[in-house]
Amino acid sequence: MENFTPISGLIGGLLIGLATALMMLFNGQIAGISGIVGSMLARKASEVGWRAVFVAGLLLGAFLYMLATGGAMSVRVQASLPVMVVAGLLVGFGTRLGAGCTSGHGVSGIARFSRRSIVATLVFMGSGIITVLLTHHAL
Amino acid sequence: MLRMLVALFSGTLFGLGLTVSGMVNPQKVIGFLDVAGDWDPTLAVVMGGALLVAIPAFRLIFKRSHPVLEDEFELPTKKELDASLLGGAALFGIGWGLSGFCPGPSVVALASGLAPVFAFVAAMIAGMAIYKWIS
Repeated sequence: MENFTPISGLIGGLLIGLATALMMLFNGQIAGISGIVGSMLARKASEVGWRAVFVAGLLLGAFLYMLATGGAMSVRVQASLPVMVVAGLLVGFGTRLGAGCTSGHGVSGIARFSRRSIVATLVFMGSGIITVLLTHHAL
Repeated sequence: MLRMLVALFSGTLFGLGLTVSGMVNPQKVIGFLDVAGDWDPTLAVVMGGALLVAIPAFRLIFKRSHPVLEDEFELPTKKELDASLLGGAALFGIGWGLSGFCPGPSVVALASGLAPVFAFVAAMIAGMAIYKWIS
């Protein structure tokens, strides 16, 4: 467990929880990224507006982090480009079919004790673990 | 206007949280999913930290009749565990395991300027559009 970073993980998690709570308290919306990005395909200005602003905020957060730390963000992609494209298609299609991702089901849904979200989180974690097991240890 | 400010502020906090926690790094996410390898439990701490705030906050928030700036909470109404939920989550998990990216971190990681991240996000949006088109 030499890569375990519990302190920065906890701080980041608390920030994500706070962001989730603010969206619900003020706007009554679930801070689920797949839902937010997917609904931006609606092409109705009233649907797209706040979602586009939220997504701009996501990027602003990353830039603020880089500004504050004076360094680049650590993003190490291991998969090849074709695998990244296939993975992107699966993540986009799967999160819309399954009505949520790590944020919508994994944080907001579990925080509401939604049975669908708890089951969805167990399923995508399970299939993610099996996928890594197969790609990193069996193949 | 206020709704937009809340969305911007919340999005920024969310993006900051994903960056600070290291979840924008697919290597760390794969480290979590790789239970048979050199396991990195950080992702569980991130989710735990988020729930530590979100669970009590939601308890208090849902005592209100409506959100501060809107007439009602926009919450999912489905209750049943159907094939779409299970199949969608399973497909998402495969893509997550292959890449180490889920939707939030992939969007935030665009700030790194790396080409494979842009390819992933473009494919993810295409996947969402395909779903919208066939459904």
